[in-house]
Amino acid sequence: MTAARALDPAIRVQGIEKSFKDLQVLRGVGFEVKAGSIFALLGSNGAGKTTLVRILSTLLRPDAGTASVNGFDVGAEPAGVRGSISLGGQFAAVDEVLTGRENLVLVARLRHVKDPGAVADSLLARFDLAEAGDRRAATYSGGMRRRLDIAMSLIGDPPVIFLDEPTTGLDPQARIEVWQTIRQLAGGGTTVLLTTQYLDEAEQLADRIAILHQGTIIQNGTLAELKQLLPPAKVEYVEKQPSLEDVFLALVGDTRKEPR
Amino acid sequence: MSTHVLADTGVLTGRSLRHILRSPDTIITTAVTPIALMLLFVYVFGGAISTGSPDAYVNYMLPGILLITIASGVAYTAYRLFLDLQGGIFERFQSMPIARSSVLWAHVLTSLAANLASVAVVVAVALAMGFRTGASPAAWLAVAGILVLFTLALTWIAVLAGLSAKTVDGASAFSYPLIFLPFISSAFVPTDSMPGPVAWFAENQPVTSIVDTIRALFAQEPVGTGIWIAMAWLAGILVAGYAFAIAAYRRKAA
Repeated sequence: MTAARALDPAIRVQGIEKSFKDLQVLRGVGFEVKAGSIFALLGSNGAGKTTLVRILSTLLRPDAGTASVNGFDVGAEPAGVRGSISLGGQFAAVDEVLTGRENLVLVARLRHVKDPGAVADSLLARFDLAEAGDRRAATYSGGMRRRLDIAMSLIGDPPVIFLDEPTTGLDPQARIEVWQTIRQLAGGGTTVLLTTQYLDEAEQLADRIAILHQGTIIQNGTLAELKQLLPPAKVEYVEKQPSLEDVFLALVGDTRKEPR
Repeated sequence: MSTHVLADTGVLTGRSLRHILRSPDTIITTAVTPIALMLLFVYVFGGAISTGSPDAYVNYMLPGILLITIASGVAYTAYRLFLDLQGGIFERFQSMPIARSSVLWAHVLTSLAANLASVAVVVAVALAMGFRTGASPAAWLAVAGILVLFTLALTWIAVLAGLSAKTVDGASAFSYPLIFLPFISSAFVPTDSMPGPVAWFAENQPVTSIVDTIRALFAQEPVGTGIWIAMAWLAGILVAGYAFAIAAYRRKAA
């Protein structure tokens, strides 16, 4: 990973609390994300991941605590935050009535980039959607929609991208495609905060992993640090069985370009 | 906040107008019911209705039919807004550096365009059915102005419904009473033919003053004080609808 210069963290979260009626969803969440890194927020359904992402993207106000994104306070400077971020993922917020290309042009216009049409075309090519560009997004497969969603998030080169469960509901090949995209993003210097309930996703992608459980961060570290929390590895001889995913990918043709 | 409010509103309005162009059935279905009502009233009931005027019955009832067209058309405004909220595209817009009011205004302007298109279809059918007016361009302009105000007033109610609905059905259900209101007004029969309490309600509800004003403008008759009552109702509904819709939007957008 390209070492970020000694900048302030791209995302800083301190003591965030949020309740919905009687249900306390977040009970004092805090962490920092280094600029240009991939940070995974790992947690099961209902752990509060989406709530936190909505707070960081200024869609929801926290009850207590502070957070800043790219140096802007989410409460006091929401416009600055919105200018620094893109939100994508789980809900794959694309306009189904519009074509893929029109979706990209729409976002490009709203972000006031130069030559929206050219931006759309280059993203369609980059995300392997050029052929489908003139079809309505409603006809896209899950993986294509998610790629379109991520492509829309890149317009205007926001320094920080939030991806809320970017691979939930995708088949294994589409997941791998999305993973490759996310790696490319971080390779280009973008800070990515992604939420996931899949352990392997965090393991594959993230520079740092924070585990959100019952509204608080119970662990935060690199994969190696998290692994050290358990007793040292014992050497055992186990027959190596292919996983079902290996079998599936071998049968349908593996699309992974960089095996890990 | 954003210096691009107008440009952003324009881009977003273009988006929802494109939605309508891709499903023009929303304009057609909006116009079909009023046209069916018009056929029913003119060719079935019309002969038995005495309006006390020598004019063709279609001339008498067109203003009410136009209000019904708009009242059923705004249901689609609530429906489109609700779908945006459900689909997550609304949150995408909210998280972008654009003026938040642009998102709502785009729906409002789209509602205006769609309803005026439906109204034009209904007026064209009415002309084919024998509707005639010698109204001056100024009178036509006044009618158009009243219909625009009526559409805006009902659109903000539709925005409120779309923002607060829990289901798709709930988003459009608010329009049923609005569609029904013209039936208990002077839209189809003179109010003096109704029994006491009903006539009192009919004479004092907003539709009657609006219908009477449009009818007078079409018939080149003096509008009298009725136009001010109509304007007061329209302004009142518009301001109240706007205030409640914006309050609901603020709650939603946190």
